[in-house]
Amino acid sequence: MNDQAPGNVNKRRQGNIYAWLTEDTLAGAARRKALMGYAFLLPTILGILIFTAGPVVASLGLSFYRWNVFQPPVFIGASNYERLMTDMRMAISFKNTIHFVILAVFLQIAVSLLLALGMQKLKSTGLRYYTRTAYFLPFLMSGAATAIVLGYMLHHEFGAVNYYLGRLGIPRVPWLTSSGWVLNTIVITYVWQHMGFTLILFIGGLNNISPEILDAADVDGSAGWHRLWNVTLPMLSPTLLFAAVVGVIGALQIFDLPYVMTRGGPGDASRTAVMVMYESAFKNMEIGYGSGMAVILFLLILAVTAVQFWLSKRWVFYQ
Amino acid sequence: MQDSTNVILRLKAMGARRRIDYVRFHFGQWLTVALLLLGSVFVLAPFAWAVATSLRLPAESFSVPPQWFTLNPDWSNYREVFRRIPFWTQILNSITVTTSVVIGQLITASLAGYAFAHLQFPGKNVLFWLIMATMMIPLQATIIPVFILISRLGLTDTLASLILPSLPTAFGTFLLRQYFLAIPKDFEEAALIDGANPFQVFYRVYLPLVTPGQAVLAVLVFNTHWNDFFRPLVFLLSKERFTIPLGLNDLKGFEMTGSISVVLAGVVLALIPVVLVYFLGQRYLIEGIMMGGIKA
Repeated sequence: MNDQAPGNVNKRRQGNIYAWLTEDTLAGAARRKALMGYAFLLPTILGILIFTAGPVVASLGLSFYRWNVFQPPVFIGASNYERLMTDMRMAISFKNTIHFVILAVFLQIAVSLLLALGMQKLKSTGLRYYTRTAYFLPFLMSGAATAIVLGYMLHHEFGAVNYYLGRLGIPRVPWLTSSGWVLNTIVITYVWQHMGFTLILFIGGLNNISPEILDAADVDGSAGWHRLWNVTLPMLSPTLLFAAVVGVIGALQIFDLPYVMTRGGPGDASRTAVMVMYESAFKNMEIGYGSGMAVILFLLILAVTAVQFWLSKRWVFYQ
Repeated sequence: MQDSTNVILRLKAMGARRRIDYVRFHFGQWLTVALLLLGSVFVLAPFAWAVATSLRLPAESFSVPPQWFTLNPDWSNYREVFRRIPFWTQILNSITVTTSVVIGQLITASLAGYAFAHLQFPGKNVLFWLIMATMMIPLQATIIPVFILISRLGLTDTLASLILPSLPTAFGTFLLRQYFLAIPKDFEEAALIDGANPFQVFYRVYLPLVTPGQAVLAVLVFNTHWNDFFRPLVFLLSKERFTIPLGLNDLKGFEMTGSISVVLAGVVLALIPVVLVYFLGQRYLIEGIMMGGIKA
């Protein structure tokens, strides 16, 4: 393969490249195809270098500077990171984010797994279609719209939820106004919005389990919980891993719901890591400090994903 | 004789056992249906509440008990949305950004996906895995330098600032490569024998065969970018440039002076295009999500 492709262009005499490319041989055709390959990749590779790969390196670089955009940047070594370590706001925001991620991802997976298993039992295609569509619809709402609608419904005095709880004799819940409740309320909102996505993943994963394996389990007398635990879930484990990895990466970046629902309040009770990064970099114009937060967030995502893959060797079963 | 009675007795016993199974099965079946339907009522309630409340009189909008149905809807809230914020402009902005990103990603991802699936060149595997690795990079890790780049290019507060950085796509490249890989090599050989050049092989033979994959990518990208909040918040400043999610956030700021019915009218209007695209392309959206889970 490689011997047909353009080896070392420098070896060829200058000016002959055109003839070399248009040569009417198999080797010439392979060269043309290779050139086409690079040409086809050019927009993607250039774009990723400019807008993804380059900026990641730049973020790391900027995190060692103090810069407010208006004056020239000043190199300050690791001072931004030292400051981050003692910044209470940063500590609270990371604590909030981790609290949010653990609850949200666990609930998102548990709820949609139950739903998917339930829908597998439905015989009527109409019912299957209706339930799938109904539970998926919230995923179409933007975070801003979700935050607005659920924020109003969960309003302490005038919200529909507290009204109906009151009718049941349950006192009003301070969903968004108490620092003890607010994060959990945002978790509920997030799960409402995102469970449809994981649900579709699980329906796909369940449909992908070969009927022979389920039949074999049937013949062996495996049914109910036994079959679920020993056959269905192990067969679904790669999809569960994917849902967990994607879910954690998404949840760690939580921003729009708390930003629109509470602006991080009451106090700092619902301020997340990305909110603090946004405020430092784009409100206070502390570009270096914000970059330091971005780097830490990126490293956290990498570390958590690596741990998930490492742990997955113990529980994920590949067919 | 003896034998046949035995058989009948055994059949009767089996029948009884089967009847218990039958009852148990059907009870479970009905319970599942009932729980799923009950759950769906709770899941859909916010949509119904938003629509119903957007039609209430502004003065009553936030009074309890909530009203789910109305005989005299008040459409004034919908007119009010357009009076308070430049909503038409914002819808047009969202449409411009989203369609540009969808078309742009379809082009870049089709080219790159085809190159990785069917063309041979040195460094192919390394390049592929490097591009895949960038999928791990969160938006927050790149947004500050991209913001600086955008302002150096003089593109702050333009729609281009949202479009340009979104044109390359590692995920789309991966997705379309999967679809291109599913098409056998024989197609290429046959076309070459018929005298097609390599570009014609791509454009006339392979590209038309991956339209389902392109539809999957288009619907997923549409949904993501129509609802995007973080990047518009960072890059856009003026209301005339806002996309819809920012417009809604802005509209919410008026709630103290006005009524929540107006804000909800805006929410309902913003939801219409996505729901429309969903019902037109749901097959592709669902296929796309499932593929992510199975092929990963």
